[in-house]
Amino acid sequence: MDYTTAFFFAFSAVLLFAAARVISSRNPVHSALFLVLTFFSAASLWLLLRAEFLAITLVLVYVGAVMVLFLFVVMMIDFDLERLRQGFWSNLKVALPVGVLILFEMGAIVLRSFQVAPVPAANNTLSNTQVLGMVLYTQYVYPFLLAAVILLVAMVAAIALTLRHRKDSRHQNVGEQVRVRARDRLRMVSFKKGDRA
Amino acid sequence: MTLSAYLLVGATLFTLGVVGIFMNRKNLIILLMAIELMLLAVNLNFVAFSHFLGNAEGQIFVFFILTVAAAEAAIGLAILVVLFRTLKTVEVEKLDGLRG
Repeated sequence: MDYTTAFFFAFSAVLLFAAARVISSRNPVHSALFLVLTFFSAASLWLLLRAEFLAITLVLVYVGAVMVLFLFVVMMIDFDLERLRQGFWSNLKVALPVGVLILFEMGAIVLRSFQVAPVPAANNTLSNTQVLGMVLYTQYVYPFLLAAVILLVAMVAAIALTLRHRKDSRHQNVGEQVRVRARDRLRMVSFKKGDRA
Repeated sequence: MTLSAYLLVGATLFTLGVVGIFMNRKNLIILLMAIELMLLAVNLNFVAFSHFLGNAEGQIFVFFILTVAAAEAAIGLAILVVLFRTLKTVEVEKLDGLRG
């Protein structure tokens, strides 16, 4: 057994163990942390597949940004753990047959159907990042720009959803200040002659 | 390792995501995490095929899936925060405002 095979089994075992703990942890914070471990193991598997750029991207973007977002939200929200765990194990009698069935079907297809020639040795001098860049910025340049637009829309949507104006904060309304007239600030009162306060 | 081994890992990961959705029917945030697991399984398959067929376009696809998944996670968590603010819970059964 060479090193690659040993690493494959090690990373796959960690990946599947961490994924199982994500869905079975009692505490959502533990679930989020195990999801981080899952992403790390997946990135290691991608390194074995010589997809270096995507492996680094997965760690930077997913673990660095998305999972930190998850952790923020999980820690911000006050869970009622007992209520949320109610009926967890009673769902198993539905989940287990469905899971076994899906695994059986997909395994039957996956193990039998895809026979490809062994990997050709990497004889090109370009790195994985260069190869991706040469395809991404030529053939897929419009989808690339579209992806940027999707990220912009997602950012605007996330901010618009969660923005909340505080009612008790004292802030200036600049528009109203600019629009002010003299009669809004100064009231002219006419007194009768001889009136004394 | 053969392509089938990677595909089998991907299939198992996907199955774990589906089972997670079945078992955590109440907890919205674990549901989001199970969706992330399923997306990761799909990405693993794409990278495996890309490597074994010697074609970089599978990795381009993973790149776009990562982009969309990041957007989905951000908006999903924003909805979750708004939901918690209004309902004071993240239970899925309490999401019956439309009386469907």
